[in-house]
Amino acid sequence: MIDLSNVSKTFTLHNQGSAVIEVISNVSFAVAPGECVALTGASGAGKSTLMRMIYGNYLTQAGEIRIGGLDIVRSEPRDIIKLRRDVLGYVSQFLRVVPRVPTLDVVAEPLRALGVPADEAQDRASALLTQLNIPERLWSLSPTTFSGGEQQRVNIARGFAHTYPAMLLDEPTASLDAANREVVLSLIEDAKARGAAIIGIFHDEAARTHVCDREIDVGRFTPGMAA
Amino acid sequence: MTPLLSVQGITKRYGAHIGCADVSFDLYPGEVMGIVGESGSGKSTLLNCMAGHLTPDAGQVVFDTRTDGPRDTITMSEPERRMLGRTDWAFVHQHARDGLRMGVSAGGNVGERLMAVGERNYGDIRDKATDWLGRVEIDASRVDDRPTTFSGGMQQRLQIARNLVTGPRLVFMDEPTGGLDVSVQARLLDLLRGLVRDMGLSAIIVTHDLAVVRLLADRLLVMKSGRVVEAGLTDQVLDDPQHAYSQLLVSSVLQV
Amino acid sequence: MTEYNFAYLDEQTKRMIRRAILKGLAIPGYQVPFASREMPMPYGWGTGGVQVSAAVLTPKDTFKVIDQGADDTTNAVSIRTFFQRTAGVATTTATSDATVIQTRHRIPEEPLHEGQILVYQVPIPEPLRFLEPRESETRKMHSLEEYGLMHVKLYEDISRHGHIATSYAYPVKVEGRYVMDPSPIPKFDNPKLGDMAAIQLFGAGREQRIYALPPYTQVVSLDFEDHPFEASKADHPCGMCGATDSYLDELIIDDLGGRMFVCSDSDYCEARQATGHKGKDAA
Repeated sequence: MIDLSNVSKTFTLHNQGSAVIEVISNVSFAVAPGECVALTGASGAGKSTLMRMIYGNYLTQAGEIRIGGLDIVRSEPRDIIKLRRDVLGYVSQFLRVVPRVPTLDVVAEPLRALGVPADEAQDRASALLTQLNIPERLWSLSPTTFSGGEQQRVNIARGFAHTYPAMLLDEPTASLDAANREVVLSLIEDAKARGAAIIGIFHDEAARTHVCDREIDVGRFTPGMAA
Repeated sequence: MTPLLSVQGITKRYGAHIGCADVSFDLYPGEVMGIVGESGSGKSTLLNCMAGHLTPDAGQVVFDTRTDGPRDTITMSEPERRMLGRTDWAFVHQHARDGLRMGVSAGGNVGERLMAVGERNYGDIRDKATDWLGRVEIDASRVDDRPTTFSGGMQQRLQIARNLVTGPRLVFMDEPTGGLDVSVQARLLDLLRGLVRDMGLSAIIVTHDLAVVRLLADRLLVMKSGRVVEAGLTDQVLDDPQHAYSQLLVSSVLQV
Repeated sequence: MTEYNFAYLDEQTKRMIRRAILKGLAIPGYQVPFASREMPMPYGWGTGGVQVSAAVLTPKDTFKVIDQGADDTTNAVSIRTFFQRTAGVATTTATSDATVIQTRHRIPEEPLHEGQILVYQVPIPEPLRFLEPRESETRKMHSLEEYGLMHVKLYEDISRHGHIATSYAYPVKVEGRYVMDPSPIPKFDNPKLGDMAAIQLFGAGREQRIYALPPYTQVVSLDFEDHPFEASKADHPCGMCGATDSYLDELIIDDLGGRMFVCSDSDYCEARQATGHKGKDAA
């Protein structure tokens, strides 16, 4: 489902003496449907960078990243947007939303973008928010005012609203209490069970061993680190 | 799929000075594209060339018309182009008073485009105008009030209603949130996002506000000195800018 | 005759005005620019109408002038005397005897016949002016037939008053093409504009525009399906002649609020009274 071959990435900092920083070189691996793979490595090894490359958020300089057959390294923006809408979900560490929009609509939005009717999308959103223990009295408020943990749960609800065939999870269990951590892990298990290919970053080792089938040490592909 | 708008080699000079040079891109149905750059980078010139307000010195602006398929709007006759401007195209000005008739009631402002395309039933026109006021969150009781009695944010929302009432397929926006305070901006952005999604609109938004394009635009053009220096997915350009100028632009934004 | 050229204006000027009139007749409803001259009267007193009259008058014509329907008001008397002195033409107050009728704000009640010319004094020729002040833009709107704005004006009327409250200078569409301001005639007169046997010429002196309706031109008053055009008048008979079909002026006759309604067309009213018609206020 997710196929990386010979993927490399450099940053060129034009405004800092045109410094060229090689961050990832020559990564190849694949994730099959129903499989969950953890990216590991020391802080700064490039786990989040690699994940952002897979999402198309960072530009990839060399190699191929195929998701459901589409090579996002060489795709038009509109194809990547369509891929993100239909196929590829991403739960980042930060919630980025339009201020003022109620939490319920924030969570329902990925479904609305797919053309799901408003009431149906909101039903699904309500179910997820309930499952993640966001009190109903908060649903009509914008999540921008919520605590870090609440924002993270809203972010997860939003990420799981649509049943994406491929998912990227960046620290989904960070800053969650034990109960909510269990809920997130069960959401991941469910996604795996329905055949989603998942790549995740988990600092929480117990969580990682609980849901992940394999680990890939990104440090191996980091030129600066290998030395 | 046929692009809704295909811009090819648009160049506009002001004497020896370059307004914009050799700009090309395709915009597909449902896409929202942002054009960013500092003041004087040529983004407004480009927008006005595309919308038919300025005649470019070179290039084509091919629009996929409902009846005849793709047509170059620069070489089409003025009546045809103005007809597009009242039906399939919309233009949202930065200053609402440039896009509204300040001496005409809110209902009359919204109804004008309907009457311009031949609607002649007062009751129907008024119903549609009232419905649109609701969609842009203006109370129906204000339908007979003039925009001079409205706040800046309401005027801007009224301008949007006036533009969208005929169900256009392409909306040009010039700094739509400029000059509004931040809380009003947020409300407007939310509204625009909903309308774009629900009506399947394509839009081109010129702004210098990177937060606006992050929330509204699928794609981004970064302009400098009249030329496009970078183009791509909005979040990719903002998070991993490639060109020196884009990097400078992104790193110059104050973090809140 | 006086030392003036016939009908005051020099022959070159009259030819220039006639060319504008012919162009106007060829394109009914279209505003033709012309080089309006200084006339020996202030703008707003009918300088446009006077120049058009001067250009069309011939020595054999019989001339009539009405102001708000009346032959005996200051303005009407002045203009009539002006052409008596500068053109030496015969004058009359009888609508049917006149060959050229200059009018301000009315169309005579008696139907006009072929061979007659009705000359209107026009203060503001541009019907789109009040909504779109830019002349460059209104010209473009005319040339491209973009007349949605005209209905915006009527829309505003209904939204404010519950009905189309525009009661004079009511916009019309000529032969399905040009939207035209019929000068400030009451909308009661609008139906007479269309299909008229006489030639209708409109002169705006200050604004330097002439436009025209040739005989038997189709003229339609703009309206909405659910708010159709209505030619309204005061709902009374004439106090003097008893006519129920004429446009009426309301006169205040004492300090106690007493009032009466009389025909604004003085010739029409007098002719009726002469044939024995009598209203309730007649002496």
